[in-house]
Amino acid sequence: MKLYCLSGHPTLPCNVLKFKSTTIMLDCGLDTTAALYFLPLPLVHSPRLSKLPGWVSKDGAVNLEKELKECSGRVFVDSQPEFCLPEKELLDLSTIDVILISNYHCMMALPYITEHTGFTGTVYATEPTLQIGRLLMEELVTFMERVPKAQAATCWKNKEIQRLLPGPLKDAVDVWSWRKCYSVQEVNSALSKVQLVGYSQKELFGAVQVTPLSSGYSLGSSNWIIQSHYEKVSYVSGSSLLTTHPQPMEQSSLKNSDVLILTGLTQIPTANPDGMLGEFCSNLAMTIRAGGNVLVPCYSSGVIYDLLECLYQFMDSANLGSTPFYFISPVANSSLEFSQIFAEWLCQNKQSKVYLPEPPFPHAELIQTNKLKHYPSIHGDFSSEFRQPCVVFTGHPSLRFGDVVHFMELWGKSSLNTIIFTEPDFSYLDALAPYQPLAMKCVYCPIDTRLNFHQVSKLLKDIQPLHVVCPEPYTQPPPAQPHRSDLMLELQPPPMAYRRCSVLGLPFRRRYERIHLLPELARSLVPSEIKAGVSVATVSAVLQSKDNKHVLQVSECSVHDSLGNTECLKCMIFTSELYGHILHLQTEDVLIQLEEDATHIICDNNEPLRTALRDLVLRFLQKL
Amino acid sequence: MPDIKVTPLGAGQDVGRSCILVSIGGKNIMLDCGMHMGYNDDRRFPDFSYITQNGRLTEFLDCVIISHFHLDHCGALPYMSEMVGYDGPIYMTHPTKAICPILLEDFRKITVDKKGETNFFTSQMIKDCMKKVVPLNLHQTVQVDEELEIKAYYAGHVLGAAMVQIKVGSESVVYTGDYNMTPDRHLGAAWIDKCRPDLLISESTYATTIRDSKRCRERDFLKKVHETVERGGKVLIPVFALGRAQELCILLETFWERMNLKAPIYFSTGLTEKANHYYKLFITWTNQKIRKTFVQRNMFEFKHIKAFDRSYADNPGPMVVFATPGMLHAGQSLLIFKKWAGNEKNMVIMPGYCVQGTVGHKILNGQKKLEMEGRATLDVKLQVEYMSFSAHADAKGIMQLIRMAEPRNMLLVHGEAKKMEFLKDKIEQEFSISCYMPANGETTSIVTNPSVPVDISLNLLKREMALGGPLPDAKRPRTMHGTLIMKDNSLRLVSPEQALKELGLSEHQLRFTCRVQLHDPHSDNDTLGRIYTHLKSVLKTYSIQHVPDGTVIVESIVIKVTSSAEEPNLKVILLSWSYQTADSTATKKKKIQL
Repeated sequence: MKLYCLSGHPTLPCNVLKFKSTTIMLDCGLDTTAALYFLPLPLVHSPRLSKLPGWVSKDGAVNLEKELKECSGRVFVDSQPEFCLPEKELLDLSTIDVILISNYHCMMALPYITEHTGFTGTVYATEPTLQIGRLLMEELVTFMERVPKAQAATCWKNKEIQRLLPGPLKDAVDVWSWRKCYSVQEVNSALSKVQLVGYSQKELFGAVQVTPLSSGYSLGSSNWIIQSHYEKVSYVSGSSLLTTHPQPMEQSSLKNSDVLILTGLTQIPTANPDGMLGEFCSNLAMTIRAGGNVLVPCYSSGVIYDLLECLYQFMDSANLGSTPFYFISPVANSSLEFSQIFAEWLCQNKQSKVYLPEPPFPHAELIQTNKLKHYPSIHGDFSSEFRQPCVVFTGHPSLRFGDVVHFMELWGKSSLNTIIFTEPDFSYLDALAPYQPLAMKCVYCPIDTRLNFHQVSKLLKDIQPLHVVCPEPYTQPPPAQPHRSDLMLELQPPPMAYRRCSVLGLPFRRRYERIHLLPELARSLVPSEIKAGVSVATVSAVLQSKDNKHVLQVSECSVHDSLGNTECLKCMIFTSELYGHILHLQTEDVLIQLEEDATHIICDNNEPLRTALRDLVLRFLQKL
Repeated sequence: MPDIKVTPLGAGQDVGRSCILVSIGGKNIMLDCGMHMGYNDDRRFPDFSYITQNGRLTEFLDCVIISHFHLDHCGALPYMSEMVGYDGPIYMTHPTKAICPILLEDFRKITVDKKGETNFFTSQMIKDCMKKVVPLNLHQTVQVDEELEIKAYYAGHVLGAAMVQIKVGSESVVYTGDYNMTPDRHLGAAWIDKCRPDLLISESTYATTIRDSKRCRERDFLKKVHETVERGGKVLIPVFALGRAQELCILLETFWERMNLKAPIYFSTGLTEKANHYYKLFITWTNQKIRKTFVQRNMFEFKHIKAFDRSYADNPGPMVVFATPGMLHAGQSLLIFKKWAGNEKNMVIMPGYCVQGTVGHKILNGQKKLEMEGRATLDVKLQVEYMSFSAHADAKGIMQLIRMAEPRNMLLVHGEAKKMEFLKDKIEQEFSISCYMPANGETTSIVTNPSVPVDISLNLLKREMALGGPLPDAKRPRTMHGTLIMKDNSLRLVSPEQALKELGLSEHQLRFTCRVQLHDPHSDNDTLGRIYTHLKSVLKTYSIQHVPDGTVIVESIVIKVTSSAEEPNLKVILLSWSYQTADSTATKKKKIQL
């Protein structure tokens, strides 16, 4: 059993598990942080961005002014942003049988894996994961295709040239494997391979059973159990114990795992989500009161629902009830609508609302009362309808593409305005770099509801896996806080750490396998009790193995053969007085030596006689 | 012999008060707990005294499963749980859990408030009963206890309707509830995987009907409504608040839109808005098309259909009214019917099945004079139309489901005996499986033949698989020998050696030594040498050793040569082998003799 690690990113994992001749990919996260090396894609022509100077090496030997632009001392690639894909060379992706998706953030690389690699397997995901994942992919594609870039920069990737570039571009790794965004056709084709599953649904492939369990992180998010009758691997990815909107995390089914693969812990272990939410509200209120606008770069699904719910209560109490909220995204409407129809996947108290029947999220009311308005983009109705001061939720959180780029250009120059970062996926300093110098206030309130180290160590104590596999960063304190030994996993035995391109052998000590005795065979068995509570039966039968499933059925051979060699077992109660005697059948010149644990028949080459004797002895032994 | 026992308390050769008891692997499950619309006395509810004469049902039942929200499937639930007494889990899907209490409350109101019955369940009892409900998601495997698991499949009959698979060990039963194998305007088709249950319990409402295409029926329906409205008549469509009503509303809404019709369409109860809201929130339970387009246009927001007020019934001019309940047995639909029955311009369209005893059933059978309370009679002059819109599987659909699930046995409920008989023959002929159709209170026993799961030691399995040759051949059957140890409820199959070791026993050796005489002038050692070379040449695939102490060993067979001093040329060859190698020895021996 082996684990191939195709991504080193702890929260955007992509691992492949070879388990009982089934090849299972666990998530396929897309690392979009590579986009930070690129210039933003403005929706409307930006004089500032277009006037940025091109980059030429100091000695003038390397001239990449067409590809690279300098902004506030940093160099950016002027091209359509690219993303870092899971490793494609470590194993043949066409051999993958199944892809298990744990949540919609961890499936963004799916089209790269399922298209053009010869993949013929099935993708398993819950319905919310599929639907919201589809929205996020479509949004990404729209962001890119709305503002096509004529050129694709590649010269800078040349090793010899990259070496000469200023940091951080110089240190970017695997740049040749970066790819630009997929197309809508590829998204549709990839998602057509998804088969929907529900929590606790048992899906079988040969001898392997996979089951998704609620992970509490987002709508439809799951952890997975991959098991045979005797081995159990738990895949824990992006889980949360906080009470937000999703169904709570199911923990008890993770017990008794041989191996637990742990990914997707919080990226900001030092920030408390509740505290951050408080800070978010107070900063927002402060800005609005001062007449400024608030920009919240965010994903179109997930924490935004909680933010809206929180603001729904907060705004009235803060006397800011008339402040408009705008949610701008090509999928804003769909995201808000979809969130209301997944009652089964929500926490108890939201679930009970639909029995009334009421929509589970209060943003329905915000929309009805016109406090929250959603638009597909800044073009069209929005430009004529929007009032300031206001709060704008829009993507993409990397600040490299999407409508957020426009608001950065529009509001960046005024110190009245505030940008509040809530998504933890991107360093906010890197995200802001191409907009410097910036007058607008920046507040960093990352809300990451995923498990922190304290919660995870308690969880592991409860569920007691024999071995834990995790990304390498979890086995040491964060580089910025080398003394915080509480911000790492300390386990006995120590966790097996992986990084991109690792191949781990998973430790299993398996001693049994499941086999089925067909009813006819089961009936033919003659068990005898040899000790109190222990019975024994000899089995001689035909073994059939197919797809890792084993079946025993009655053999069609003669009775003697089917009696098998184990008749001898019964002889332990051989208390005959004949022990130690030798019988001599004079007429046939046959000697039979009888010992406690052996019988020896010595005869001439007379086969009928020998078989007769054999049967006699066997029958005698059987009787005992 | 293990068996599965099935006893219908209701819906055995009948439609109404569905309630089926199943015993499987020591577990007792109640499937549905419905009421009978055709009765107003004790026969209204299933006879729970069958389970126990006195006291509560909790200790006799492991769980109760409700397939969908129709009252003939859940109407007796509060009576059963609160008045007879049951505190165990009740399973149903989310939409059923949401809608069922509303219909129960409706039913209670009609019975208690309108008919003035006492000794009926109260609103509080409905609430207490619903607290015992555990929601089921589609395809989720729910572990009721350690042995009993249940799994719901989409049934398509009404919003939230489910079929359930019940499994204990390797024995399983599937209960279909009511289902529909063809997608309609708002729901998808029932689906189940090839789960090969020991028993499939299926409804058989339309056991003998093969319905014409849905499109034709829809066209027919629209034509009739249109004609009546054109000539100024009123159309009454008795429906249940949820289910068929929504499908027909979608149908009329789009037709009105297309034809630009002006006649008003009303929906009788205050439930409409609410009912439609349930459909909006549970949109994942509707069909593909509605789910796909719901963001752009929610099919359950109707422009042409308005709430009905009682006074509208006397308004002049054409109108279409959807009124509850669907079988004209009580409530608003019956009130309107009484008002409109005397005018031949009007029409009543019965879009679903009506059980015996209801007004709906009577008029469908052509009865022209109805006896009402207080000895009054009502002349039925309006046109009566029956349109099979009720979403049950027809004979074709039932056969299709059997093909999907591949059951080993079949049991029919929720249908009329005569029709069942016909379908039973058809099933037995086409699938060569037994088909049963017990009456209420009659028990059917089905013998199951479960295979026995056993833990086999990996050593033994690997050894046996290795003997079978390299992997491409792994599917070839091989004989294996092992010892089954039964201890503390565990079954383990291990190699005989391991069993001996584990149980502290020693093996009994059975050894044979055979004397073969032959004439050979050479010395004993030379003879042995010649045997050795001969064996080497004939038994190429075996390991053969010539040991210096004067023996040749072919695997586990020992060969020695002796001769007596008197007759040095008469060699006695001693062949010795143990019983375990008997098979191969025999063949080897034959070769030596050659």
